[in-house]
Amino acid sequence: MEMETETQKPFQVDMGNLLAFNPFHNFPSLPTSRDELVKECIQEGTKLVQAIADSIFNLPSTEDADGPLVKLPTPTTKLPREKHLPKPKPPTKWEEFAKKKGIKKRKKDKVVWDEQTGTWKRRFGYDRVNDDKDIPIIEAKMTDEPGVDPFAKRQDDKKKRVEKQEKNRLQNLKQAAKIGALPSHVQLAATALPITGTQAPPKKVTKDELGNVAGMAATSTASGGKFDRKLPGEKPAKKQGKHRKFLPVVEGSGIGSREKEQTENVLNKLISKHSHEILNVDKAVTMYNVKKEKKARNKRNQEGKSSSATNKLKPKKQLHKKNGKKGPGSSKKGKAK
Amino acid sequence: MMKIKTPKKGRVKRELDKRAPKLVETGKKTLILQGTKTSGTLNCVLSEIYHLKKGGAVRFTRKNDNIRPFESGGETSLEFFSLKTDCSIFVYGSHSKKRPNNLVIGRMYDHHVYDLVEVGVENFKSIESFTYDKKIAPRVGSKPFIAFIGEGFENVDELKHLKEVLLDLLRGEVVENINLAGLDHAYVCTAISSNKVYLTHCALRLKKSGTVVPRMELVEVGPSMDLVVRRHRLPNEGLRKEAMKTAKDQPKKKVKNVSSDAIQGTIGKIYIPDQKVGEMALPNKAKGVKRERREAKNKEANEHASKKQKEESE
Repeated sequence: MEMETETQKPFQVDMGNLLAFNPFHNFPSLPTSRDELVKECIQEGTKLVQAIADSIFNLPSTEDADGPLVKLPTPTTKLPREKHLPKPKPPTKWEEFAKKKGIKKRKKDKVVWDEQTGTWKRRFGYDRVNDDKDIPIIEAKMTDEPGVDPFAKRQDDKKKRVEKQEKNRLQNLKQAAKIGALPSHVQLAATALPITGTQAPPKKVTKDELGNVAGMAATSTASGGKFDRKLPGEKPAKKQGKHRKFLPVVEGSGIGSREKEQTENVLNKLISKHSHEILNVDKAVTMYNVKKEKKARNKRNQEGKSSSATNKLKPKKQLHKKNGKKGPGSSKKGKAK
Repeated sequence: MMKIKTPKKGRVKRELDKRAPKLVETGKKTLILQGTKTSGTLNCVLSEIYHLKKGGAVRFTRKNDNIRPFESGGETSLEFFSLKTDCSIFVYGSHSKKRPNNLVIGRMYDHHVYDLVEVGVENFKSIESFTYDKKIAPRVGSKPFIAFIGEGFENVDELKHLKEVLLDLLRGEVVENINLAGLDHAYVCTAISSNKVYLTHCALRLKKSGTVVPRMELVEVGPSMDLVVRRHRLPNEGLRKEAMKTAKDQPKKKVKNVSSDAIQGTIGKIYIPDQKVGEMALPNKAKGVKRERREAKNKEANEHASKKQKEESE
């Protein structure tokens, strides 16, 4: 906006910013003293301010209790924005689908007439109409599976529906975040690192753990914390670390025998732990077999001493071949095996 | 995995909404801070800029040792502070042998450094050193006049840049309506030479002139200083284009209960609250009174009425 003044030099006036600019002024010779310079600057400034005032005071004004109000025109000097322009929110998946199918939003009443109770009830929320929870009896159907609690199933189904909706919401918000059109009050925070196995998220130290550590630190002085000065209101340490005790190695009675007892205890524990390994099953089986065989041989020797020589040489082959003839002998062998 | 985080408290939500990008922006907040070393003059300059901008400024008084706006990597914490305080102009003071009384004025776009101007402060005169009638002292937060004088502001690149930055720093809130009685101060910037600008702050004294427009008189109230331009960094072209975007069509706010008709013109709807007949106080029928007393009262009233009738009949 430009306007003429009595000096015939146009000033640039931006009423929106209450700004005036005189681009033609220059000092023919810089004033020597500071005071003169200031004086001239203020003189020039006065002219410019007067120029702004001229245009502003001539704007149509409305009277207010505090003074005349004037509507300022928009600033002409362009200045950069502080933040980017707000981006439009992308349509959600449902909105896209609804548009494709031509589904339009319908307004619904907030309250609905409930015929069961004969009252007006909310459509959603607490004390709502047609609430599943209000139905005390569900009639059994032929298709019902036995062993399924229909009430629990209904509750479970509802939970699943809610979870699904939450998942869809997150998906839509992620899409919005990609464009940078997330609503100002919503933040998407990563709950875990996308790559698992690299680094576990730092665990928060619990109050108990902290107390234990503090207790151990308090007793880790030379005196075991005995001569430390207590702070006012300090509680006794929660968990004092275990201290090792060394028993005398020299044998004797009383405390002297304690050491032996202790080591024996440890040994016994170890041995009992591995006691099932001490019994060698294979060896035991063979030993048993050999004993049995010996017994059987002795018996046979007593039965017939004449055939003993041939029997000794090749006992098994003959036994198999003479299965039918030597009934009692063979049956005994079979039993032994 | 992602989690949706929303504020639990309404106040937090409102605060976040305030910080969200807006279609029409009203004003930029200023962050005023300093480096590791400052001088007395600089401390004074910073606190007085804060004083002038009170309401739209945040002052940090601690030393900041890792802020070097012109160096790469030195703007990290500055950008962080800008994000925290929601400020998009910063004034950073530092003092060194090479650059004594150094003032860096910079702007932010989306909490990233947009442009920078470095000036040295000379011939500083504080507010206290000026004596004037306290009646005309400017009020905090009123919108100032800004005057730029000198061809340097058009011809010299640095000064042209400085002019823009100073305007952004000093202009205050962008308003639609202004109270003419509230105009009480002006900033005058004069280009003395090709790299020197004289900046002063004046109060206005309005004198009668016989017309609608009063005659203006400037009274110096301070602070005043010389700004010597040192380094400056213009925004890159892409960023500048991005930042200069404006909302072309402002969304119309829907006016409730007002509709317009071609024949009837504007039609307004008025809602009248229900007449609460049931709650109206009725005489002589108060339930709170004991029955005996109530009946006695009724009786009395009846008698009174009958007496009247009698009198009339007589």
